Amino acid sequence: MTERFTKAAARNIFYGGSLFFFTAFVGLTALSHSYIVNTSTDKAGLTDAVARGKHVWERNACINCHTLLGEGAYFAPELGNVWLRYGGDKDHDGAVAALKAWMAAQPSGIEGRRQMPQFNLTEKEVEDLAAFLEWTSRINTQSWPPKLSG
Amino acid sequence: MKYESQKVALWYFAAAMALFGVQILVGLLAGAVYVLPNLLSELLPFNILRMIHTNALIVWLLIGFFGAAYYLIPEEAETELHSPKLALIQLGLFVFGALAAVVGYLFRIHEGREFLEQPTWIKAAIVVVALMFLYNVTLTVIKGRRTVITNILLVGMWGIAVFFLFSFYNPSNLSLDKMYWWYIVHLWVEGVWELVLASILAFLMIKMTGVDREIVEKWLYAIVGLALFSGILGTGHHYYWIGTPGYWQWIGSVFSALEVAPFFTMVVFAFMMVWKSGRRHPNKAAMLWSLGCSVFAFFGAGVWGFLHTLAPINYYTHGTQVTAAHGHLAFFGAYAMINFAIITYAMPYLRGHRPYNQVLNMWSFWLMCGGMAFMTFVLTVAGVVQTHLQRVLGMDYMEVQSQIALFYWMRLGAGAIVAAGTVLFLYSIFGPAREEQPASIPADYQPAE
Repeated sequence: MTERFTKAAARNIFYGGSLFFFTAFVGLTALSHSYIVNTSTDKAGLTDAVARGKHVWERNACINCHTLLGEGAYFAPELGNVWLRYGGDKDHDGAVAALKAWMAAQPSGIEGRRQMPQFNLTEKEVEDLAAFLEWTSRINTQSWPPKLSG
Repeated sequence: MKYESQKVALWYFAAAMALFGVQILVGLLAGAVYVLPNLLSELLPFNILRMIHTNALIVWLLIGFFGAAYYLIPEEAETELHSPKLALIQLGLFVFGALAAVVGYLFRIHEGREFLEQPTWIKAAIVVVALMFLYNVTLTVIKGRRTVITNILLVGMWGIAVFFLFSFYNPSNLSLDKMYWWYIVHLWVEGVWELVLASILAFLMIKMTGVDREIVEKWLYAIVGLALFSGILGTGHHYYWIGTPGYWQWIGSVFSALEVAPFFTMVVFAFMMVWKSGRRHPNKAAMLWSLGCSVFAFFGAGVWGFLHTLAPINYYTHGTQVTAAHGHLAFFGAYAMINFAIITYAMPYLRGHRPYNQVLNMWSFWLMCGGMAFMTFVLTVAGVVQTHLQRVLGMDYMEVQSQIALFYWMRLGAGAIVAAGTVLFLYSIFGPAREEQPASIPADYQPAE
């Protein structure tokens, strides 16, 4: 570090630059906010059931085993597109029924296989959860994940 | 140690290390569940284990940062803390909140956004704790000498508090939720936490190498400048696939690739200072942790981050064991190790004995670092295999997991080595001090006249 690069100069670059980049970031976030609300997610489809389903998802800390859009723990399958794996885009009621059966059958108790807890969800809670997962599967994720396997 | 009020740091370090023990213990359990999946599956399922593992980590690191601040700010500001009593009340409240959270988790009392599982009242308590801290240190700095180190540290700590406020915003729209969630998670660990890290490292360098403050401070500005210039827009690497616009793939790729720069600069800085000074500080273990921290942060946060940060690569690796590998080494190298460095440096002063030849502590360094490096390697290989099978060939998730089971056994082994290192570290810090024989006459011998 040369003598000409003074501490005052370094300080000004740090504070000025950080402010600049943070302002740019906030601006881009604001753009993205409006893009999310109006373009990439289903505004009309964001019903009370979807919102309730999100709370079911949160109350039971699903994110600490599963990933959702790739974020979460890596102990259990990705669920951002599980609605499609269940064929819910073609047979809505079939997928909901399959989800109910799955949730009721946990834990499997099979030796040597990862166990999902029994969350004792009501019928309605599973239906809300299904609504949330269905809504999530329709988010425009820039075609992620690459395969249906998640 | 020149100021009496620095003593509060001792309690902070003790609390941090206790929670660190909890984190490692629960981490070992979670690693064991990966290979023995029926273990504890009804009593303490994996989601609860992981919640405790990550929450304990975040909280102990924060307590360590608070302790480091209370230790170094009086020395930097050349004045006693504004209120040591308030500092201890703050710690009590924080530890109570942390314990209440962990016990609550055991009884399934939690919220459900990753890392933000604390019930709302605990989140509010965290804000109160942060305000108590900021009030205390800000007043101390204002009445004393201002240095670049305290300024940067304070900017970092204020940033931590401000960005945490986003944890109270939880919109029903999942994509919005995720976008603002990163305002806490990313802007903490790849933003303001780096300011805290760099200022603690700079403090240690001044103390241990004796290099001129002017030089260290210029380096500090360069490091934190690079950190924020790259890190703020680098948040874009989390905005590739969550419903955010496509332009983030460009912004995120370019700026997050540059996030290597501050970590590389930190390595050059630390080694250059030591090389320039030529002084040998008696606390060799603290020096080892300080230099090791810069190196492991560079590899864990810098290199392993870069490995999967470019959008076309991340498209395939996102949310696989590659991410887990990076997460483990980055947190350990950057934030756990800076805590071990400042604790190792400060403990002899806080306990009132001279820095002795800390062989045990240095052994714990090699055990922990070796274990973490091995864990990172095996998780990386697991992640690469997983990426190929699941994301390229489209094989079912659970089938892929059984293919990479061997790596999880090796990860558990690596975790056991880290745990052994942890026990050794705690013993070397809190255990009996091996006093060096003083060259002078013991104090209880009085002159005859």
